[in-house]
Amino acid sequence: MSIDTVERAESTPDELQPFAELGLKEDEYERICQILGRRPTQSELAMYSIMWSEHCSYKSSKIHLKQFGEKAPPSDRMLAGIGENAGVIAVNDKLAVTFKVESHNHPSFVEPHQGAATGVGGIVRDILAMGARPVAVMDPLRFGAADHPDTARVLPGVVGGIGGYGNCLGLPNIGGEVVFDPSYQGNPLVNALCVGVLPVDRLQNKAATGPGNIVVLMGAKTGRDGIGGVSVLASATFDEGSEQRRPSVQVGDPFIEKLLIESCLELYENKLIVGVQDLGGAGLTCALTETAAAAGTGMDVQLEKVHLREASMEPHEVLASESQERMLFIVEPSNLDAVLNVASIWGVIATPIGVVTNTGRVRITWHGETVVDVPPGSLADDGPIYARPLREPADLILLQADRAETLPRPTDLRETLLTLVASPNLCDKTWVTEQYDRYVLGNTILAQPEDSGIIRIDEETGLGIALSVDGNSRYTRLDPYDGARLALAEAFRNVAVTGAEPVAVTDCLNFGSPEDPAVMWQFAEAVRGLADGCQELGIPVTGGNVSFYNQTGATAIHPTPIVGVLGIIDDVAKRIPMGFSHDGDLLFLLGETANEFSGSEWAWVTHQHLGGRPPKVDFGREQALAGFMARTAELGLVRSAHDLSEGGLAQALTESCLRKGIGANVTVGEDAFVALFSESASRVLVAVPIGLRQAFEAVVAEQEIPLTLLGTTGGTSLVVKDQFEIPLDELRTAWSSTLPKLFG
Amino acid sequence: MKVGVVTFPGSLDDRDAARAVRIAGGEAVRLWHADSDLHGVDAVVLPGGFSYGDYLRCGAIARFAPVMESIKKAASNGLPVLGICNGFQILCEAHLLPGALTRNQHLRFRNREQWVRVESSATAWTGDYQDGQEIYILIKNGEGCFVADEETLDMLEDNGQIVARYVHGNPNGSMRDIAAIRNEAGNVVGIMPHPEHAVEALTGPSLDGLGFFTSVLKHLSGGSEKE
Repeated sequence: MSIDTVERAESTPDELQPFAELGLKEDEYERICQILGRRPTQSELAMYSIMWSEHCSYKSSKIHLKQFGEKAPPSDRMLAGIGENAGVIAVNDKLAVTFKVESHNHPSFVEPHQGAATGVGGIVRDILAMGARPVAVMDPLRFGAADHPDTARVLPGVVGGIGGYGNCLGLPNIGGEVVFDPSYQGNPLVNALCVGVLPVDRLQNKAATGPGNIVVLMGAKTGRDGIGGVSVLASATFDEGSEQRRPSVQVGDPFIEKLLIESCLELYENKLIVGVQDLGGAGLTCALTETAAAAGTGMDVQLEKVHLREASMEPHEVLASESQERMLFIVEPSNLDAVLNVASIWGVIATPIGVVTNTGRVRITWHGETVVDVPPGSLADDGPIYARPLREPADLILLQADRAETLPRPTDLRETLLTLVASPNLCDKTWVTEQYDRYVLGNTILAQPEDSGIIRIDEETGLGIALSVDGNSRYTRLDPYDGARLALAEAFRNVAVTGAEPVAVTDCLNFGSPEDPAVMWQFAEAVRGLADGCQELGIPVTGGNVSFYNQTGATAIHPTPIVGVLGIIDDVAKRIPMGFSHDGDLLFLLGETANEFSGSEWAWVTHQHLGGRPPKVDFGREQALAGFMARTAELGLVRSAHDLSEGGLAQALTESCLRKGIGANVTVGEDAFVALFSESASRVLVAVPIGLRQAFEAVVAEQEIPLTLLGTTGGTSLVVKDQFEIPLDELRTAWSSTLPKLFG
Repeated sequence: MKVGVVTFPGSLDDRDAARAVRIAGGEAVRLWHADSDLHGVDAVVLPGGFSYGDYLRCGAIARFAPVMESIKKAASNGLPVLGICNGFQILCEAHLLPGALTRNQHLRFRNREQWVRVESSATAWTGDYQDGQEIYILIKNGEGCFVADEETLDMLEDNGQIVARYVHGNPNGSMRDIAAIRNEAGNVVGIMPHPEHAVEALTGPSLDGLGFFTSVLKHLSGGSEKE
């Protein structure tokens, strides 16, 4: 088949183009023709269809996401924000941190192992592209019902893929979530977060500046894998009958990525490049047009120079391929040899494929024939934007009226506790997390199951960062505005209880189809809630990702905003862990407990009930708690601290007891059921050495935080006075048997 | 004392091994897989990781690296060599140690804190431990199951070449609970768990791993090795 060139497009203006099959609307196609002054070539059409897809253009979400910028509190820490590969936060004069969370949901359902593996690979390259050395990863995961046969296919594959890729890259996995809910049965969520560290003056950018500079592609060869990953390119229309050969899931090679990391860092360190962009979704198409658009320059690219895995690939396939482990560099001609030399030392392929121009056009040739001639900004920045209709879900009023607080209460609290701690969402996740290396790089101070992961970023001073990712989709289903705020509050609190100061936010917004007004309403409410919450807390959203179309048939997943909060801790030696470590410490509850069971684990596990309104969230209280925890960490007044969330106080006591095998003896108020299982927000369980009680209470009084003395640590049982006693062995068996029983 | 730490493409715990050497009081020297020059080091650590991706068989390609030729020669002349995890796999592939490391019996990667009993303090790397001392370090591997034929296993037992065994649970199915072995001379040790990750209170499960690095420094300065 002959190649569709620009020349040919000009001479055959009426040739029918398969724009609809590629997911473009008629008016979108007409706009492309207007921009180009002719019909697009096959390659150009492929590029527009990818770059104007929901995934790349954020066309449905953009008008909502801009709140993150508009409502963002002023922050002199933010060196790069939304729109960059990842947000960058200054930690001090010399060091900065970059972090972001992204989704890889659909590929992980189709092929769990590779889908999840390449999810890790993709986010790591985003961090790398900012100039940082990646230092840790985290994975918030959502699966269907734990006992569903398909979960037994998806979960082990996803976990094996994350471990296989991250372990081989040498990145500690320091936290995340594993949550089960039937709403994810046909659409699991695999989100991946990466954090990296860079000297402030090594911050990179993606602009392809300097006409005459060389465009270098480095990393793995380009293959047919991943074509159509972000759009519907792999339709039958392009090349009838030959499409079966294109799997739309990419295949990862962590070894190449590891070499790519080391090569990139050497290039940055020696100041050998002027611009860098990773290749992820939309592959070369995105990297070429975004780098040129960011600089307002143009580019002449000889596409046949790209190293291919399959010689028969056509230009539109090369442009659309999402083959993993590739980076694009802009290099001054005088540094080209040095760049190629670094690549050869690490054994990575690097190829000059083009040159930066001042034409304002990205021109791509294929063996001498021009197949693409476009203004890059029209792809990268000027995609369509939609204000899609919003409508509150019709069932929401009834759902909210059906409150869990009116459900029959249990009579046997001991049995309730044992049932809850063994339930899939509250049980021990060791089966998953021990498949991840959490020690590599030697700077992991805290990792799962702690409230936050903490990484030391300066071995001299002990400076560190804390990270937590959280989200509760049942809360968000009941009230997307408050659900998103609760996710933010929990991640914020998880960082704060370790003694770190929360400073920035990233988010991954997983929703159903934006074309469903009810889903779009959930999305709009969640974004509004998150933006308002960040404004109240005074910390900015620095970047993130939107994942739409998470649904099976007409049924969307529960709306699932995942929120990641980054904190800074001046001295990691002062971090506060979650587990009880000494006998005889005093146990205090900070915060107040209300009768709040709607959306709770108790309601779900014991009644399969979802209804009512989620717990109230009060950011003033969260801030007071955070300030208090930072102060007590500084003064060394608290031996352990654990945030209360799903499963309430009973769950927090269980986890703190079992962490190091030290029991507790507590007294709760008259309403033991509420005290133990309510999921009220803004609460923390702390253990205080008895000799520090006065100093501790003095700091509490300064901050006016509600304080309840619960009891003491010690012994080999969890004892709730006048209610029950559970030996730790029995508690541990209940808590830790669930996942091994399900998954082997 | 200079302790070389080899970086193969895909080595991951190389900087951690170097840190452990420094904390023990030695000077860590970076050695590169493609460079056969050992730069005058007094001992060598082959660190953990996935050398060359470990796509063929763990350590199978690394054994052919130029640096390994030099290490093999020097080891036969008594150079202390410690292979940790992937390093242990490489030592077996290079036939500096007998046996092989295969996939964990449960077929999953496993990272957990682990009790190990030091069975032989008569090596260049374990002189600071007592025979029978239990130490709390950690494992993190997918292919850590030590296997050998019965004859070799008996020989290892008889010669006192088993340096450490897993206790309170075998995490990967290793034959005779073997966690670490040595060559006959005692200068080459391979260990599946990671002593280099148990050298700092803030980042490790204990400080029990530091002894490997202090031991070799003492051994080199003619110190306390027990023969």
